[in-house]
Amino acid sequence: MRRINVEVITQNIAEMCCEANFNLGKDIIEGLTEALKNEESPVGRDVIQQILNNAEISSRDGVPLCQDTGFAVVFIELGQEVSLVGGDLDEAINKGVREGYHRCYLRKSMVNDPLMRDNTGDNTPAVVHYNIVPGNNIKITFVPKGGGSENMSRIKMLKPTEGESGIIDFVLETVNAAGANACPPVVIGVGIGGTFETCALLAKKALLRPLQQVNSNVYYADLEKRLCMAVNCLGIGPQGFGGRITALAVHIEAAPTHIACLPTAVNLNCHASRHVQRIL
Amino acid sequence: MSGMKVSLPLTEQMIHDLRCGDQLLLSGFLYTARDAAHKRLVESLSKNGKLPVELKGQVIYYAGPTPAPPGRVIGSAGPTTSQRMDSMTIPLLEYGVKGLIGKGSRSEEVKKALVQYKAVYLAATGGAGALLAQRIKSAEIVAYEDLGPEAIYKLEVQEFPVVVINDINGNDLYEAGQKAYKRLI
Repeated sequence: MRRINVEVITQNIAEMCCEANFNLGKDIIEGLTEALKNEESPVGRDVIQQILNNAEISSRDGVPLCQDTGFAVVFIELGQEVSLVGGDLDEAINKGVREGYHRCYLRKSMVNDPLMRDNTGDNTPAVVHYNIVPGNNIKITFVPKGGGSENMSRIKMLKPTEGESGIIDFVLETVNAAGANACPPVVIGVGIGGTFETCALLAKKALLRPLQQVNSNVYYADLEKRLCMAVNCLGIGPQGFGGRITALAVHIEAAPTHIACLPTAVNLNCHASRHVQRIL
Repeated sequence: MSGMKVSLPLTEQMIHDLRCGDQLLLSGFLYTARDAAHKRLVESLSKNGKLPVELKGQVIYYAGPTPAPPGRVIGSAGPTTSQRMDSMTIPLLEYGVKGLIGKGSRSEEVKKALVQYKAVYLAATGGAGALLAQRIKSAEIVAYEDLGPEAIYKLEVQEFPVVVINDINGNDLYEAGQKAYKRLI
C-alpha cells in the first residue's frame, strides 16, 4: 500500500483552485482562436477577441477569468492500493477549497441551503465525485463550474424509440432555450444512457475532455460532429449577438442503460471552460 | 474594442438615439445589484417608495464581483444572467432607472416596460470579468454590505464596453442577430 497524507491533497486542491480560475486551458484558447477565424459576425468577432484578451489579462494580472468562480467540483480517482492517512479525505478536500478561494480572492458563491440561502463564506462544501480505480495513484480534477451555464442545463428521460433524432432535437432545444444566458460560445457535454443520476454525471464528465479530443467510438465521434454543426446553424453566436459560432465543441459520453430507458442530459459550459488535473 | 463613447448618466436624447446592436463605451457611474439586492430594493420600494441609494436616472449593472486583492480596485467583474432579475425589474424602471446591464434575454414584460418607461437594456461580455475590471476605476459599497458579493457597489467606469440589446423602439438584438445568422439544417 502506498501511504498518502491527506494534507498533500489539501495543498494540491488549494493550488488548483487558483490555477483553474486564472488560466484558461490551451485547448480552449486554441478553439477560440479557430472560432475567431470562422466567425462571420463583426460583433461576434469582437466578443471572441475580448474573451481571448480576457484570458491574457487574467493569467498576467492574477484576476479571475470570470467573477463566477463557480461551484468547486472535484473528481477524485483513487487508486485502490492507496492508503490515505492523516485525517478525513472529504474534510481535506473542503479545507483545500477554503484555503484556495481565500488565498486567491475568489468569489464565495455557495449558500448553506437551497431555500435558507446563507452564504457559507468559503465556497464550501465542494461537490466531490469519487471513483475507485486500480493502481496506486490519486488523480484529482478540479472544475470551477459557473452557475449561469449550470442553470441552462437539462435532463430528459427520452423513449428508446426516439433514438438519435430525439437526442439531437433535445440538444438543439436546450441550447436554443439557453441563448445568451450560458455565455456562448459554449462547450456542450451530453450524457446518454445510465440511470437518471448517472446520465447527468456523464454529461459533466464529457465537459472534462480536451476540446479537440473526439469520442473514442467512431459512431459517437460522428454524432458529436453533426451535433456541433447543427448547433452552429442556430445562429445564436458569441454572447447571443448573432453569428456562426455558438458552440466550440460537443462531447458525448454514453453508458449502458435499461431496455425501457434513454436518459439524455445536456450540461452546458460557458466559454470559460475551466478544469485542471493533477496526478499524485 | 470599438464603440461610441457615451457618458453616464444617460441623457434623454442619448436613450432616444440608441439602437439595438450599437456598441458603446460607457464612462461614469454604474450601480451593481443582483438577486439578493434586487429583492431588498423592490421590498423597500413597496414599503415606502424609497431606496437606500438614489437610482433615479442611473444604470444598474447585474454583477457580483470577486473580492478585490490588495492594491486593486476590484476583482473580476463581469455580468450575470439578467433573466433572474426579470420579475423584480419593472418596479425599478417605474421608479426611474434608465439603463440595465447584464447578459441574456429579458422577459416580454420587461421588454414592454423598457419601451414604456424609456430605458435601455445593454449587455457586457459574460466571462470577460478580468478585462471588464480593467475599465473600473473605483468601487465603493453603498448599500447592503452584509450581502457580500451581492452588495450594491457604486462603480466608476471608463470606456466600459457594452452592446445595446433592447432599445426604446422595442427592438431586440438577440432576436435580430439570431435571425440574421440562422441556417436551415
